Amino acid sequence: MSTELSLQEVKKEWHGTLMSYLIGFFLSLLFTGFSFSLVLTQLFTREMMIYAIIASALLQAVVQVRFFLHVGQEPKPRWESQFFYSMVIVLLIIAIGTLWIMSDLNQRVMLNLEK
Amino acid sequence: MKPLVVHHTDTLEAHPDIHLPDTHQDTFSKAVLGFWFYLLTDCLLFATLFVTFVVLHSSTFGGPSAQELFTLPLPFAETMFLLFSTVTCGFALLEAVKGRKNSAVAWLAVTFLLGIGFIILEINEFNEFIQEGNSWKRSAFLSSFFALVGTHGAHVSAGLIWMAVMAAQVYHFGITVDTFRRLVIFSLFWHFLDLVWIFIFTFVYLIGVLS
Amino acid sequence: MFGRLSLDILKHNPMQDMAVVGMVLSGLGLIALITYLQRWKWLWNEWITTVDHKKIGIMYIVTVLLMFFKGFTDALMIRVQQALAVGDSHGILTAGHFQEVFSAHGTTMIFFVGMGMIFGFWNLIIPLQIGARDVAYPFLNAVSFWLFAGSGLLMYASLALGHFSEAGWLAYPPLSGIEYSPNEGVDYWIWIVQIAGIGSTLGAINFLVTVLKMRCEGMKFMKMPIFVWSSLCSMILIIFAFPILTATLVMLTLDRYMEMHFFTAGGGGNPMMYVNLIWAWGHPEVYILVLPAFGIFSEIVPTFSEKRLFGYMSMVWALIMIAFLSFIVWLHHFFTMGASPGVNAFFGVSTMLIAIPTGVKIFNWLFTKFRGRVHFESPMLWFFAFLLNFTIAGMTGVLLSSPPVDFQVHNSLFLIAHFHGMVIGGVLFGFFAGFTYWFPKFTGFFLSEKLNRYAFWCWFTGFLIAFMPLYMLGFMGATRRLDHYEEATGWHPLFLVVAVGAVVIVIGGAIQFLGLFWSIIDRKNNLDHTRGDPWNARTLEWSIPSPPPIYNFAILPVVDQIDPLWAIKRGVAPPQHKKYEDIHLPVNTGIGFYIGMLSMLFGFGMVWYMYWLSIASFVGILACLIVRLSSKEKHMIITAAEVKATEEALRRPV
Repeated sequence: MSTELSLQEVKKEWHGTLMSYLIGFFLSLLFTGFSFSLVLTQLFTREMMIYAIIASALLQAVVQVRFFLHVGQEPKPRWESQFFYSMVIVLLIIAIGTLWIMSDLNQRVMLNLEK
Repeated sequence: MKPLVVHHTDTLEAHPDIHLPDTHQDTFSKAVLGFWFYLLTDCLLFATLFVTFVVLHSSTFGGPSAQELFTLPLPFAETMFLLFSTVTCGFALLEAVKGRKNSAVAWLAVTFLLGIGFIILEINEFNEFIQEGNSWKRSAFLSSFFALVGTHGAHVSAGLIWMAVMAAQVYHFGITVDTFRRLVIFSLFWHFLDLVWIFIFTFVYLIGVLS
Repeated sequence: MFGRLSLDILKHNPMQDMAVVGMVLSGLGLIALITYLQRWKWLWNEWITTVDHKKIGIMYIVTVLLMFFKGFTDALMIRVQQALAVGDSHGILTAGHFQEVFSAHGTTMIFFVGMGMIFGFWNLIIPLQIGARDVAYPFLNAVSFWLFAGSGLLMYASLALGHFSEAGWLAYPPLSGIEYSPNEGVDYWIWIVQIAGIGSTLGAINFLVTVLKMRCEGMKFMKMPIFVWSSLCSMILIIFAFPILTATLVMLTLDRYMEMHFFTAGGGGNPMMYVNLIWAWGHPEVYILVLPAFGIFSEIVPTFSEKRLFGYMSMVWALIMIAFLSFIVWLHHFFTMGASPGVNAFFGVSTMLIAIPTGVKIFNWLFTKFRGRVHFESPMLWFFAFLLNFTIAGMTGVLLSSPPVDFQVHNSLFLIAHFHGMVIGGVLFGFFAGFTYWFPKFTGFFLSEKLNRYAFWCWFTGFLIAFMPLYMLGFMGATRRLDHYEEATGWHPLFLVVAVGAVVIVIGGAIQFLGLFWSIIDRKNNLDHTRGDPWNARTLEWSIPSPPPIYNFAILPVVDQIDPLWAIKRGVAPPQHKKYEDIHLPVNTGIGFYIGMLSMLFGFGMVWYMYWLSIASFVGILACLIVRLSSKEKHMIITAAEVKATEEALRRPV
């Protein structure tokens, strides 16, 4: 049998605060603004800009995962965090593997009829 | 609703060194963890659509490319709508924690309107492309664009329906153990959609415009 | 209104007509029987609306047996066709029908028999082995089952109404695209797999939370039975792999329904991307199927050797390694698609690596038996069948992992022999072993041991006769999915041998089937008189009566080591709780059933372009969910006094 929680106890299990939402909001605005301005003004080379906005996206994702989704604040053994990291690893394997395989195949097999 | 509280007797006295492997076995903890696992599967689903987009993004088959199709103002506006809505959703939860049922519903309503705004902008964009003859049938690039962005939009639409049901529940039943739990789970979903959008505006629109 | 339905959907060749007639008559017969016995109310109250994991497990197993019958008949037809269709003869099946048969065979066996068996055993065994009263989400459990059953009904519908896919169990485009397969076949396949896949994903989430959060006191991870460990790894694989399948099927669906160009031959599409994605799911899938079978053997070998499992830690690490490695090998399914040597070599090496942890497990099982007191009841016999057949097939897998070898035998009968050795030798024999092992637990009586043995010998020898020659045929150049060949190939004698092997297997299957009924009829002579522990076993499920009461454990157990029941028997178990308490259990609901049936209607509507039906079904599902998730959860309470009375009644001498 499980011990059920009262409404008061359940509320303590949720880790949102006004601070976390405001910090998350402003940081997200910052990163979004940065990325869009970069592309608008075209300050750097194309390659540099792509790396910069990808980095900005990843950082904003970390912000949102931490401040909106509250990952990392759950009680031990922190299943949410552990499985999130595992999922990211699997995602990278599938994504990088696919890009490697498909670019390799396309080079050797596809006739590049229309680009 | 009276909470279900069941007490174990003589647990600690009988054998203090044997514990429950997981001390959070209540419905709330289980529901959050389970929904989190669902969100992880959704992440991988979007990842598959993303990687397909990347593989096919230059297969324009004589049709327009990303650079020719996309502008900056639209995705920026959509991003703002979604980002603001994710924060107002958080505000709704904060009001719920304080037990303020009406404020919570009000913030949900604001979130809903922002979400509708996002959907309207997106439908407009899709419609424009279709009218110009650049529907999903035109090329592999356009197919993968519509599928990726459209799947996200479908998730947002489902979220809007869910949000409406939640607002009705909170309004009708008040903030109870059950409605609070469901609000938390809904907010996880809504925040997740903004998280995915970060990657859409970056990889589809921004990098598309740069090409 | 009727989409592309017309009376033509009833047009089939004579053989299919016979099958449909048989199916319809059986269905009608079943309905008549239930009516005659006045069991409709009982069926609804006790089974269809149940949220009890034990009953859901039994329903999974029953569905698996029904689907196995269909898949196995398909296999027989393939064997007969290939034994007869030489030279001038064209066998008993038309080319189109043959394509449908092998496509249905693979789809049925993987998605229904394989996945169904897994969820059946997880439902029956996992809560009991971890000392829990239920799974994490009983309602979701029912929904998962009914999605599975609904999808199975759609599979049977594809036999009677219209035609099934001719594009194989994985439906590669461009063949599976709308241009080359315009009829309803591939659409049936898509919706059957998609609906079943969603059921599987939801089920995996359910059991993962169950294992993480609902273990009893003292059952830390390193004290769990290995069946639970292997299932845990399998569930995680499902959660990480199935979304890829879902997304890929969505893209194929969009290509077929909305003229998109993901995988089309024109429009910029890339069919190779489908092959890549489907195998990125497909490889983890085969490990999803086999890991629970490994787990079953890890329970049976120690029990029937009266010795604890050798190398618990290395077993756990082997499982984790296999699970991780299964994500980095998928290209070995398409070495010949044209990737460069560097790419092929990487995946070849990673594939070879997987053999290592698998080998560790095999040796651990063998070392468990060494100096044990080995009993040769049928569960153990199935282990031996597994040992020989799976290991041989595994070794041919290592052969195949070398790209140069694979270039010679890819998509030949060598490959077919390899993977059937894995799925029959591993998964199916695991299923049979688990079925014979745990049958007394859930029924209170034994299957006829004598008939079990006859069935075992038929399967074991039949498998060797039916599949070993396929290795030779593969080397001789025979490709898969052939419905006809020339005399000059010299393949005919071997195909005849293989057909004989198939017949021997049929005899085995018939013995099992009849044996099941015979055992039920004769059960009074085969009762388990041991109060729930007929095999002198080691894990918690054997510590409760057979069949278990609805609440599983009257008092939740306390453990402090591996094989907790063995500890109790040796008198070294930790002190247990003594007090009976009130038990809260979820109440039955029909909503799971409704969602399953509505999903089936949704799929049917999509297949036949009856979009009004799909929309209505979808709205119906939404309504069910909103109703369910807006209502207060009801519980039923079994008072402490009732628990005590039930326990005392169950322990009365038989």
